[in-house]
Amino acid sequence: MIHLSSPHMHGGDSIRMTMLSVIFALLPATIVSVYLFGWLAFLLITISMLSCVITEFVSLRLMGRSASPIGDGSAALTGLLLALTLPAYLPWWMVILASVMAILLGKQLYGGLGYNLFNPALAARVILLISFPLNMTAWIIPMHVGTPVIDLYDFNACLNLLLFGPESLNRALDAITMASPLGHIKTEWSQGISVTDALRSYDYSYLDAFLGREAGSIGETSALALLLGGIYMLARHTISWHIPFTYLATVLIMAAVFNLIDPAHYAPPLFHLLAGGLMLCAFFMATDPVSSPVTPMGQVVFGVGCGVLTWSIRTYGGYPEGAMFAVILMNCTVPLIDHYCRPRVYGR
Amino acid sequence: MLHTLLKSIQKSTRTFSGGIDPEMAKITATTTIATSMQPQLYILPIKQHIGEACEPIVSVGDHVKWGQKIAKSQGYVSVPIHSPTSGKVVKIEEHATPHPSGMGLPSIFIEPDGKDTRDKSLKPIKAYRDIDPTELRERLRLCGIAGLGGAVFPTFIKLLKDNRNPIETLILNGIECEPYLTNDHRLMIEKAKEIIIGIDIIMHMVGAKKAIIAIEDNKPNALEMMQETLEILSGNFPDNTQIEVCQLPTRYPQGSEKQLIEVLTGKQVPAGKLPMHIGVICQNVGTSKAIHDAIIKGHPLTERIVTVSGDAVPRPGNMKVRLGTPMRFVFAQHGLETFDDIHLLHGGPMMGEKLKNADVPVVKSTNGLLAMHSASMKEAHKSEQPCIRCGHCGVVCPVSLVPNLLADQCRNKQFEKAESYDLFDCIECGACSYVCPSNIPLVHYFRYGKGQLAQIGREQNFAHASKQRSEHRDDRIAREKEEKAAKRRVVREKHVAKADDDKTSAGKPDHDKTADHKAADRKKPETTDNTIQKDKPSPKSSPSKAASDKASS
Repeated sequence: MIHLSSPHMHGGDSIRMTMLSVIFALLPATIVSVYLFGWLAFLLITISMLSCVITEFVSLRLMGRSASPIGDGSAALTGLLLALTLPAYLPWWMVILASVMAILLGKQLYGGLGYNLFNPALAARVILLISFPLNMTAWIIPMHVGTPVIDLYDFNACLNLLLFGPESLNRALDAITMASPLGHIKTEWSQGISVTDALRSYDYSYLDAFLGREAGSIGETSALALLLGGIYMLARHTISWHIPFTYLATVLIMAAVFNLIDPAHYAPPLFHLLAGGLMLCAFFMATDPVSSPVTPMGQVVFGVGCGVLTWSIRTYGGYPEGAMFAVILMNCTVPLIDHYCRPRVYGR
Repeated sequence: MLHTLLKSIQKSTRTFSGGIDPEMAKITATTTIATSMQPQLYILPIKQHIGEACEPIVSVGDHVKWGQKIAKSQGYVSVPIHSPTSGKVVKIEEHATPHPSGMGLPSIFIEPDGKDTRDKSLKPIKAYRDIDPTELRERLRLCGIAGLGGAVFPTFIKLLKDNRNPIETLILNGIECEPYLTNDHRLMIEKAKEIIIGIDIIMHMVGAKKAIIAIEDNKPNALEMMQETLEILSGNFPDNTQIEVCQLPTRYPQGSEKQLIEVLTGKQVPAGKLPMHIGVICQNVGTSKAIHDAIIKGHPLTERIVTVSGDAVPRPGNMKVRLGTPMRFVFAQHGLETFDDIHLLHGGPMMGEKLKNADVPVVKSTNGLLAMHSASMKEAHKSEQPCIRCGHCGVVCPVSLVPNLLADQCRNKQFEKAESYDLFDCIECGACSYVCPSNIPLVHYFRYGKGQLAQIGREQNFAHASKQRSEHRDDRIAREKEEKAAKRRVVREKHVAKADDDKTSAGKPDHDKTADHKAADRKKPETTDNTIQKDKPSPKSSPSKAASDKASS
């Protein structure tokens, strides 16, 4: 049915194109995750994406809606984003549980695409982190970093690990995992060791952190890969610069100021920038259009808020990483920000 | 000193916020303006401008000349309508107009006699600089000139020399930012001299010292032609005036009056004000040519240039068409005879209206006639998906609204909230709908919201008026009761006093008098009540009245 109203021309952009371009932008990070965590990453991503799509299909059907939105790729994107924020080893059922949570609680219960308050992938990750803190902070030693305990390029070993746990490989979980830089300085600080000493004992290198040769969630380790994806999205106008730029700049500035005051307590700015999930959150999570403000000014406020919260939670919070909490908390404020941060209308 | 004329092309570095770069599809940019043949019958609706409709002043059977006034304007915001040829008035009856609803209006049907005899009652004015602007203004009104860019606002109203709002700058709009349309483009190439003389007439009328002809950089030949013609004509104009040509980068909707003013002057027209309040007026190049014809030749507005284009037109082109020519006849001259699976647009694809069929006449606002295959229309009007709040609509909005929030509010019937988010500042350019990845017809929601708010406003006015009437009535009744009681008191006191004075005689005449008063008092409120009820439309009739108001707006 063609309605009467102009315009009778369309630029050709679609939800599907938007989602596909984000998935494309995540390719570098995905490739790095498979390079570092082998089949384990591949299986994790596959399970997560499949479960998300299936959950979306089932919930749409249960609500008596058409299943055609499956084709828009938003569920697949949520699955990919979720997988990239997870540690390489998680029991298979936890991955499925997280995917179901993401789609069901994070998205469909709010009314489906476009109506969710929180970023679905981050919401699911937070639920998982609070429910299973041990598993969610056990970082498998990646390939090409030191000597691997298990060969992650061995499909059978990875499948065994995923299905039956580390015991099936006659290993304890501790034996195949290591601390992430953020986790390391947090535990050391709690034992009275200064941040500078903790970084030295970790053998921390900025280059490794930039390229991704460190422990962490499978898609979060390489700042370079995420930056490439972010630049691609900026160039394609899939996202605007406001959120990522203000988010990263706020973290950088706060870290720099406090690091100048007391380098023994506060980690250096570049460390903050390259650590944990900040890059992924700044370019892919905080910029999720549905759960972020629509106006440029609102996006600046949102980005600054995310930055302040990320740095604060990392520095003072109980968890080593604060980026996802920061984004989730700022998601709550979006309706308010949208109301107050409207641009000045022409002639007013 | 000779008047200054900028020889170099001015390039504006300013821009307006937002905007889009749609596929321009100006396929008729190189086709010269052809002249339409005479149809067998002209159909002239009595309202072809913004404002009040005209009233026919000819009767069936009358013979009219080309340019003769056939309908007179009623009210201030109105201009008369003239016969597009010489011939006979064959009927005056309702006929469909180019309106998306196919709405009908009383129309005058004229059968041409083929002689094209001109009505010569309006004398050419060559030395317009010696004539008082008020007289020229009346001439433009008499000639039925209305803005030919598409808005068709009566031109004479804008061309007012007002000492409280002196006009510094005249902006000549040759932007033509709508895709497909090339009528202004071709006019600038083929009628540059007339347009420029028209500019000088307008400058004389409003007392402006400076004029800027704004042309987008996708029409370099029009720019060059205007430049060259300006140089040739420069000697004829007063020394203290200055006309310049300004090239602007192509961007939609730059041709929108407020946006163009912002680009050229850096000033925004304050909300609720008119361009003249900041010393600017804007005229379309086609209007300038029509003003030239009305003053210099004494020809009323009876024809205009129309771009006939679209992917379903076999031989697209630009055509000089007389007002009242049936669109079917215009399309036929461009090789389009049947309209199966074809959608017709009145105007450009961004702001034009979809027509029900081709059996409507060309009117003063017809700048383009587009015929599109239904496949390409379906592509443009895909089914609506949920909003993902990407915010692209806000980025391209030239007025800096937040369209997705506004659309939500209109959809959820939160009209007052939408109004507080400045819904009425929307210019309906369609840029938001154009970029929306969810294919949400945002402009459609805005029109709906505006319509509903207008309706709410009317109902509130009605309720307010009823309340006032009722309060006045209560006051009056109370007052009358008071007066009556006072009168009765006086009479009674008199009566008692009289009885006391003269106990023997009966107060019969007095008593009669009181009874008369009483009867009159009883009667009075009733009659006034009746008149009030007559004024007050019954609640049942109000929605239909409101609906008809809406339809006519």
